[in-house]
Amino acid sequence: MAPAVSLTAFLGMHYDFHWSVLWTGDNGWWLVQGIWTTLRLSALGWTFACGLGILSGALRTLPFRPLRALATCYVEFFRNVPLLVWLFFWYFGAPQALPRAGQGWLNLHGPEFWSAVAALSVYHGARMSEVIRAGIQSIPRTLVEASIATGMSVGQAYRHILIPIALRLIIPPATNEAVNLLKNSSLALTIGVAELTFMTRQIESYTARAFEAFTAATLIYLVLCLGIAAVMDRVERHVRIPGLIARAGRADR
Amino acid sequence: MSFDWQVIATNWKFLLLQGLLGIGSFGGGTLRLAIPAMVLGSILGVMLGLCRLAQRSWIHYPAVLYVEFFRGVPLVMVIFWFWFLIPQITGQRLPEYTVALAAFVVFEAAYLGEIVRAGVQSVPRGQVDAATAAGLTYSQMMVNVILPQAIRNMIPSLVTQFIVLFMDTSLASIIGMMDLTKAAQIVSQREIRPFEMYLFIAVVYWICTYSMSRLSRWLEMKMSPEQAPPRLGAPAVGAA
Repeated sequence: MAPAVSLTAFLGMHYDFHWSVLWTGDNGWWLVQGIWTTLRLSALGWTFACGLGILSGALRTLPFRPLRALATCYVEFFRNVPLLVWLFFWYFGAPQALPRAGQGWLNLHGPEFWSAVAALSVYHGARMSEVIRAGIQSIPRTLVEASIATGMSVGQAYRHILIPIALRLIIPPATNEAVNLLKNSSLALTIGVAELTFMTRQIESYTARAFEAFTAATLIYLVLCLGIAAVMDRVERHVRIPGLIARAGRADR
Repeated sequence: MSFDWQVIATNWKFLLLQGLLGIGSFGGGTLRLAIPAMVLGSILGVMLGLCRLAQRSWIHYPAVLYVEFFRGVPLVMVIFWFWFLIPQITGQRLPEYTVALAAFVVFEAAYLGEIVRAGVQSVPRGQVDAATAAGLTYSQMMVNVILPQAIRNMIPSLVTQFIVLFMDTSLASIIGMMDLTKAAQIVSQREIRPFEMYLFIAVVYWICTYSMSRLSRWLEMKMSPEQAPPRLGAPAVGAA
């Protein structure tokens, strides 16, 4: 706290820090719940995003034009529109288009949470797709030719050769995307999902302690992001394929 | 459910003029926020990138800390910091537009700084040696030799980041700035037609970002007609 105190002294402010607001009353429990919701949201979103990304990324490398065009349309449209717009669309707009039964199920199971999962996975799925495509395209063509020559079908070559290798190659850019998804899950507060940023705002509005609440949330996000990066760095070193890693293309976004 | 074109026909002017361009009584505007944010963010980004490349550790490490910090925090959090703390420090509320602009510049500069650093590092080492041998000072070398070549290498990732920044401006609606997203929110609440409204602004955003990426491809072609990636070649002949 010393730097913060000296900063406030420098700015000529009088602000007494009350860090205890972070754990007195319900606030501590709120923070824990917020972290849990953020993690759940991110994990579910990430799982679906990877599925969508692998599927559409693989389709984009197929030697069959209609499927390639379909995947390209998905990627180009969904990743070039802001996530916030997708959140509002999936939460306010899309349920209208569902049949009655679907709307009923959604209302029973927390429409905010599942809309947020849908928005995050579709948006990040499109971005992951680019990462996976770059990964598949960085694999030497001779490997594809060899697997076809041993009698594999195209589907088998993708399932047993191309996708497993691509997944090991793309760990650094995919980690980047996972961290992005975790940070972007904070947008879910706009549709009322009680994740970490939402809970921080709630603590702020109950206690009027903006400094403390936002400091806590900022530090938690930093720890989570750096934690993911550190874990994935170890995983990457563990599964690295010697000689192939430098070829992996990086998707920049 | 049937798609209601009427609601778009009656509201598109408000959405585009007020929301996208910021012409109207509310101020704000997506483009009026995005363009200054890109310019100011790039300036700060170049400074950060050069600081990260500096030899002296007291210049180098603060820049590293800055970049790592802002890359580990969600943009919403940064906007809230500015939104709730500026009143505490200065004692008065700033307009939403100013807060959003400040938050974007500070946040995006971290990402742009990384791109600048990578771009400068992609210039072959021989260029630095040649510039030094020719007797150029550090700033002459940067301005006349390294940065012009680095910018050419940076264009793809720079434009990608600008597209991300453009999309990120939608977050300014969270603190109530009138941009395309906020305008659509208002209209869809009035008309109870969220499906049409959000799909419409999705298309508007998409047209903007897609034309930005086409522009970048055209720029790339125009600036490197020889097609060969400059970092692989021997000394870049005829580099800008």
